[in-house]
Amino acid sequence: MNAKTLMEKIGLPVFKYLTLILGVLVAVLPLLVIFFGSFKTGTELRTTGPFDLPQNWLNFSNYIQAVDRGNMLLGFFNTTIVLVVSVFGTVMVGSMTAYVLNRFDFKFNKLVMALFLIAALVPGVTTQVATFQVVNALGLFNTQWSAILLYMGTDIISIYIFIQFLDSIPKDLDEAAIVDGASYFTIFTKIILPLLKPAIVTVLIIRGVAIYNDFYTPFLYMPKTSLGTISTALFRFKGPFINQWEIISAGIIIAMIPTLLVFLFLQKYIYNGLVKGSIR
Amino acid sequence: MENIQKSTKPFVTFSRRTKKQDQIFTMILFLLAPILLLFVFTYIPVFNMFGYSLNKWDGYSKAKEFIGLQNYIELFTRPELFRVFGVSIYYFVASFIQLALALYFATILSFDVRLKNFFKGVLFFPYLINGVAVGFIFLYFFKPDGVLDLIMVSLGLGDYVQQWLGNRAIINYSLAGVSIWRYMGLNFVMFMGAIQSIPSEIYEASSLDGANRWQQFKHIIFPSIFPIISLSLLLAIRGSLAVFEIPYIMTGGANGSSTFVIQTVDMAFKNQKFGLASAMAVVLLLITLILAGVQNLIFKDKNAGSN
Repeated sequence: MNAKTLMEKIGLPVFKYLTLILGVLVAVLPLLVIFFGSFKTGTELRTTGPFDLPQNWLNFSNYIQAVDRGNMLLGFFNTTIVLVVSVFGTVMVGSMTAYVLNRFDFKFNKLVMALFLIAALVPGVTTQVATFQVVNALGLFNTQWSAILLYMGTDIISIYIFIQFLDSIPKDLDEAAIVDGASYFTIFTKIILPLLKPAIVTVLIIRGVAIYNDFYTPFLYMPKTSLGTISTALFRFKGPFINQWEIISAGIIIAMIPTLLVFLFLQKYIYNGLVKGSIR
Repeated sequence: MENIQKSTKPFVTFSRRTKKQDQIFTMILFLLAPILLLFVFTYIPVFNMFGYSLNKWDGYSKAKEFIGLQNYIELFTRPELFRVFGVSIYYFVASFIQLALALYFATILSFDVRLKNFFKGVLFFPYLINGVAVGFIFLYFFKPDGVLDLIMVSLGLGDYVQQWLGNRAIINYSLAGVSIWRYMGLNFVMFMGAIQSIPSEIYEASSLDGANRWQQFKHIIFPSIFPIISLSLLLAIRGSLAVFEIPYIMTGGANGSSTFVIQTVDMAFKNQKFGLASAMAVVLLLITLILAGVQNLIFKDKNAGSN
């Protein structure tokens, strides 16, 4: 065996697995120390190394404190309300818009499409200064409607996904129904919407992840503690717990549990959905 | 008239008689809410923002004072306001590293690897984690005598330990590193999807011709996924101008880590200078729109060329 083939047979796989293991370590170590820390007592955290295992894996007192004093249950409750209502709204609004734009032949459609396309180029963070004034003028500041309507109103990606998917549903189906005398509304609710199910799953995942993880919308528009979401409730840990990393660690893990569960059970859909959603 | 008597479903009959009317009715019904939302939360704010930027205004009082382009002049003549764009450069350079790593892992994981799904999942998972959680995880990671310092000491690199978030010369490297950690997974999964859509016969044919892995990468993989790479790059450039979450959560913009968006938000909501903040937002918006225009131009050309 000459040197070149030896290199290809052994050297490359070794390098490949070494880099993969390094990648895994970089991804996991920061999380692992937080996980360990969440089971340690305050003194234990200060006196042991971050990679030392906790003395008592059943020490849940940090978790109890995080939930109790950190308003995390309330955060889950608020996040769930905002998420469910706005994702439902996004699916309805997005699929209705896509249906009209994809199936009806109006000159006006091009203009509507252009309006949505241009809006997609405006990055949300840049206009918050002025959006804030609109939200305030509508009396939505410090209500959950601010976040719900902003999530519904500024999401253009789902319209794309629905339009793309509608392209793949043959128009013969609608036309047959029209011949049978169905109204357009009936066609949408009885034929189109059920067929859109895979696209709806994609939108649910993209929007669900984005809303669950969003920080600046609740931070700017719902500063009231009683409206705290998971993100803002966790952010407020910075004040009272700044020297109690064991409690912050527990809070981090609590915020990550739903993400991990959703990831483990819906892996395939998440990969497909996020890839579709990120290509504009 | 006959129809109405015959049918027990008046709605259906209505649509049979006037298809066009039903279509218009449905269109209005379906587009009313989306267009209203689009205007209220995107177009009106953008429009107002231009107006605010010409005024001196605290954002609350009724009185606005029209001052013309004064805010823009202030923005361009106070170097400390513009300097934060320099911070974007760290994130911009980081996005190249991020894309290179994503491309590397996507390539090797597209071929025979044991535990492929495990590696894919672990490398991707950070992207899904809540941004506030990511910020806190790395506050702990970078703490003096914290996790990173300990790792470096145990590797014999103790002399190189820094104040990762305390040193103005280092802080933006640390924060840009967090950004790579957080977003690499998304690019990686996107690239992997693109690589897997290359027909496998092409690899087989090239293997028969004696091409090695590097040649396959250079002549098959890279050219076929080039459009998605350049798209990711453009999105990364736009992203690096709009960095907000990670530095805001971790440092609040202290120690020279403030970005243009953090500065804009602070200018409006902390310093109550809505006029100046709006001018800053307008400048950022224009830059982003120009980049988006460039993106569209490039991709129109690409599509025209490939067809």
